[in-house]
Amino acid sequence: MLKAHQAQVASTIKFSWVDGPGNRYVLFLQGCNFNCLACHNPQTIPLRTPRANEMTVQEVLEEIRGSMPYISGVTVSGGEATVQHEFVLDLFKEIKSRKEFKGLTTFIDSNGNAPQEVWIQLAPFTDGVMLDLKALDDAKHIELTGNSNVVVLDSIRYLDSIAKLYEVRLLLVPGQNDSDRELIDTAVWLRGINPEMRIKINAFKTHGVRALARQWPEASDADLARYKDIVN
Amino acid sequence: MTSLENIRSTVNDSKFTYRQRIAQLANLAENLLDPPPVRKQCTDALEKRIICDMFEGNAPYRPRYLLPDYKKVLDNGSVFLELPAAKDFDDALAFLLIMYSATPSITGYPVYFGDLDTLLLPYVDGLSDEDLYAKLKRFWISLDRMFPDAFAHTNLSPVYNRVSQMIFKLERELLQVVPNISLKVDPVLTSDEYILDAVTTVFACGKPHFINDVMMQSDLGSQYAAVSCYNSLKIGGGSHTLVRINLKKTAEECNGGVEKFFETTLPFYLDLTAELMESRILYLVEESGFFESNWLVNEGLLDLEKFSPMFGLFGLAECVNILMEQEGDSGTYGHSIAADDLGYRITSFIADWVSHRKMPYCDGNDGYAFLHSQSGIDLDLDVTAGTRIPIGTEPPLIDHLRTVSRHHHLFASGISDVLSFDETAVKNPQAVVDVIRGAFKSGMRDFTFNLDSNDFIRITGYLVRKSDLAKMPSARHSSTFLGAGSVADSHVNRRNVKRVMSAESSPSTSS
Ligand code: SF4
Repeated sequence: MLKAHQAQVASTIKFSWVDGPGNRYVLFLQGCNFNCLACHNPQTIPLRTPRANEMTVQEVLEEIRGSMPYISGVTVSGGEATVQHEFVLDLFKEIKSRKEFKGLTTFIDSNGNAPQEVWIQLAPFTDGVMLDLKALDDAKHIELTGNSNVVVLDSIRYLDSIAKLYEVRLLLVPGQNDSDRELIDTAVWLRGINPEMRIKINAFKTHGVRALARQWPEASDADLARYKDIVN
Repeated sequence: MTSLENIRSTVNDSKFTYRQRIAQLANLAENLLDPPPVRKQCTDALEKRIICDMFEGNAPYRPRYLLPDYKKVLDNGSVFLELPAAKDFDDALAFLLIMYSATPSITGYPVYFGDLDTLLLPYVDGLSDEDLYAKLKRFWISLDRMFPDAFAHTNLSPVYNRVSQMIFKLERELLQVVPNISLKVDPVLTSDEYILDAVTTVFACGKPHFINDVMMQSDLGSQYAAVSCYNSLKIGGGSHTLVRINLKKTAEECNGGVEKFFETTLPFYLDLTAELMESRILYLVEESGFFESNWLVNEGLLDLEKFSPMFGLFGLAECVNILMEQEGDSGTYGHSIAADDLGYRITSFIADWVSHRKMPYCDGNDGYAFLHSQSGIDLDLDVTAGTRIPIGTEPPLIDHLRTVSRHHHLFASGISDVLSFDETAVKNPQAVVDVIRGAFKSGMRDFTFNLDSNDFIRITGYLVRKSDLAKMPSARHSSTFLGAGSVADSHVNRRNVKRVMSAESSPSTSS
């Protein structure tokens, strides 16, 4: 077991404009409990790798200080952020309790594969979660990620019920999970939970993915237009 | 010195409009006169372009920048113009256009249109949105067509209001080069909604600039405006002249390393810069008769007591790199703490020097010049604007902001850094708001950003349409020519990182 005050870190970004609202400091934690065929950063999947850096909460806070006063907040991404949830909790507690970080928002970018107890612990110190849904159909989900989506769907329902779900992201891969039927079902299911839910569509790109997925076609502009049309 | 050949080629120059030819001819005539007297060392430094008078002309007969008190004239009317006080919105718009046409300047066009939202707000009560839109639109088009000079500048107040909202809407619709716009940003009074509206407008047309209202007010008082390109000055006053020192060339004159630079080389050339300014101010105030005869002065719309000249500097980056090399250190400006610290030592030294060098007729700043980080002209080859980091060598945004922003508090009359953002900004405009607010919190004075994908390219503080450059030579805006020079000389269209080189004035045109 990892000590909570030390994290395996894949990388950090001082200014990010694509990881939640506003300009954000982003901490990419190492390690993921899925094994997605379409993963853009497969090197972040193993928890232990010589490529990762160990960082303490204090070291991360020091880096965040370096991004201030230019940022809206901090996003923890991955890998899968919740694999090292104790560290995330310690980090967010510090951010929320210290005066110097007043006003910073805390976001988690997650694959949703974390039990409710984890969210219960994190929720008081977390402003929002951006959650990926790889497929609504469980068999398809297992095919794409190597895991069932039962926990993910629970996470979506739970986080929405406590108003901590910032957005759900769909990574759509042509021919894999982008049929009209799948998209309609997914949109209906999500809007059934919350008609106002923010749904973000990410188009599949082969950049960074492993050999098998590299043979899949990238989503075209026409695909993207169709996705948006159905989902919104 | 002007030759008959210069005059002939100007008269026959088909790439100038009629009005541009007149302005150029006036310049040539002025330069038949001897310049205001200075010592030989000063003339030598001027010839070597270590110091530079911005080609303002040999006989300054109007201040370089002047900011008439438009509020006063709208309220009181003008004897000279035979106009009563404005009573309604139509009056105010017509009055302002008349004012602009009667305002002298170094470019022939006004450098300041007033803080237009503040000026017009008292007249919009009872006006429907449709009427406001239609009337303001005609006015806005008139500004661009009658005063086709991208230096002509308006400011907007920190509080979001009907007029500023309509101005941004029109800007996004009309996509004009004129007017240049600065938005005064207050950390509390200026809402995120307002800044977002402004940021979205930059995405469309490259305007406005964002300026740190708190910092400006503490340096210049509440009655100030940013005019032309990043020149912040007092309303009701202005700047007699802008003279600048080329820090790159100054460093090249020094061969004894950093300490010698501070002890002898730099003070020597600062003194010559001041001498040149002084002689130009004396001519303007004591010989030209401007302050005795001009109607703006006579009607109390301009006051010599609100004037101070601008002491400009540029080429800090190269200066630092040359001195670092003399010291045997390979660190460069923007990439080394030692180099950045040296840069700051230089600007602090100059700021201190300027704040102890008395100048005549400079009550606008208690008897001293205002320090200005000059953003360049299109003759500036291989030398970087003001205190900027050279094009193509900019570090990541956060380091970039850190390197440049520490200088900003020293330059009361303006400093600029143009940041270039990519398409991710468009999807997350709040991120831009965060960066702007953060920049002002950490001491930036002026914040300008470009979006790479629109039709506008910002050369210094002013805009040129890429499509106009393609149409050369027959562009309607004088400043487009300056832009053309800049594009050719500083490889603006090759820039791959986040900023453009700049030009404020050129000897081949009259600005
Ligand atoms: S959940 Fe994300 S990080 Fe984990 S394997 Fe899938 S795509 Fe990669």
